Amino acid sequence: MNLELKVNGEQWVLDVAAADVLLDVLREQVGTKSPKVGCERGDCGSCTILMDGRSVRSCLVLAVEAEGHDIVTVEGISYEGMSQLQDLFISNNSFQCGFCAPGIVLSATELLELNPNPSRHDVQEALAGNLCRCTGYEPIIDAVLAAGQGQGETP
Amino acid sequence: MIAKEFEYRRPTTLAEATQTLAEHPGLAMILAGGTDLVAWLRDDVIAPDLVVDIKDIPDLSEIKVVDDELHIGSLVTFTDLIESETIHEHVPLLAEMSETVASPGIRNRATMVGNICSAVPSCDAGPVLLVYDTTVHLTGPNGDRSVDINDWFTGLRETALTDDEVVTHLTLKLRKHGGVYVKLMRYAGEDLAQAAVGIAAYPDNEYRVAFGAVAPTPIRSARIENTLHGNELDDDLVARTVAMVPDEISPITDMRATAAYRTHMTAVMLKRGLWAARQRLDGTGPAYGARLV
Repeated sequence: MNLELKVNGEQWVLDVAAADVLLDVLREQVGTKSPKVGCERGDCGSCTILMDGRSVRSCLVLAVEAEGHDIVTVEGISYEGMSQLQDLFISNNSFQCGFCAPGIVLSATELLELNPNPSRHDVQEALAGNLCRCTGYEPIIDAVLAAGQGQGETP
Repeated sequence: MIAKEFEYRRPTTLAEATQTLAEHPGLAMILAGGTDLVAWLRDDVIAPDLVVDIKDIPDLSEIKVVDDELHIGSLVTFTDLIESETIHEHVPLLAEMSETVASPGIRNRATMVGNICSAVPSCDAGPVLLVYDTTVHLTGPNGDRSVDINDWFTGLRETALTDDEVVTHLTLKLRKHGGVYVKLMRYAGEDLAQAAVGIAAYPDNEYRVAFGAVAPTPIRSARIENTLHGNELDDDLVARTVAMVPDEISPITDMRATAAYRTHMTAVMLKRGLWAARQRLDGTGPAYGARLV
């Protein structure tokens, strides 16, 4: 069936089956490779995208459900150079292998949009569903806190 | 990827949805947030011929107070509950419970009604909706009906919902109360309940007590409620009710916890939860959202 999909501001017309999962369609048809295929059951967060500004597991969304919604991946927040948050990920050494990074950047982007001055606890809660097996999380939390208005202060 | 092909429909009215379901008896599944459904499709736990997406049906996303009842539509997500002023004002326990569900990326999609329709033993909404004597409102080809939440969970992943019905909303009677949801997890953040306790304390020493993840369905304990009923809470009364826990629940041992650990911790959570619910009724006690284990 025909599917009109808006990804990172661009309108796509795709031919999909009802059983096609959004994650696979984004990677294989649209060509956005930043959402990663991890656990494919909603636990690891590596497939995270923003749908209408909210973080969503693209492995648990059928592509046909995404019609009419605004899909954003890491590619979409980097068109005009990297965001402040992404720069802070680099300066804080917040990732090593990088597999989790797109999902974590998007989860943190949602958090900072909703709560520009998060506490350490807020950051931990917001990233609870994004697994990282390299860093031990602390450099990631530090980067997100630095991107907030509190500049890393923990109440 | 999902191995089995199926047809997808997105009706725009409840009548169209129930008619579509009725035309495919036993072969269609309802899709709301999809966080269980898509995972189960991928795992071949379910293999429907037709998936009916109800997200384009209007008015199912409402949270509102009508007279002395709270009305929660079937498309209301856990994030909606956490962010709703109406919920924080009237039934903050629903927000406390919602904050323990999975992670933000799941809560942004997963609906509370979907949670009780999937009806896994650890469903977080189960114990909380049980202590509020919630009514589940359904519509089908033969009209509307309502089901008492106490009659909703009929078995492991089984509910009173029939093949051609759609849940439209829940209603909860608004009464002064103190509520508690205590959830045991392997780690803070994202996990299913190893065991859970939901409690509502009402004026005049009236209590509702429910458990999650320690039986095939979320359950209420009439025996514990009756023991508490009409009596002022004290250490002796709490000790007597806590001693009843092993006979009231039937937990299993699996990869997340042993039956013995679940039983022990359920008793601990009941003890802490009873005091916290009683204190919250009086406007004291830990703030909603505080973790008791």
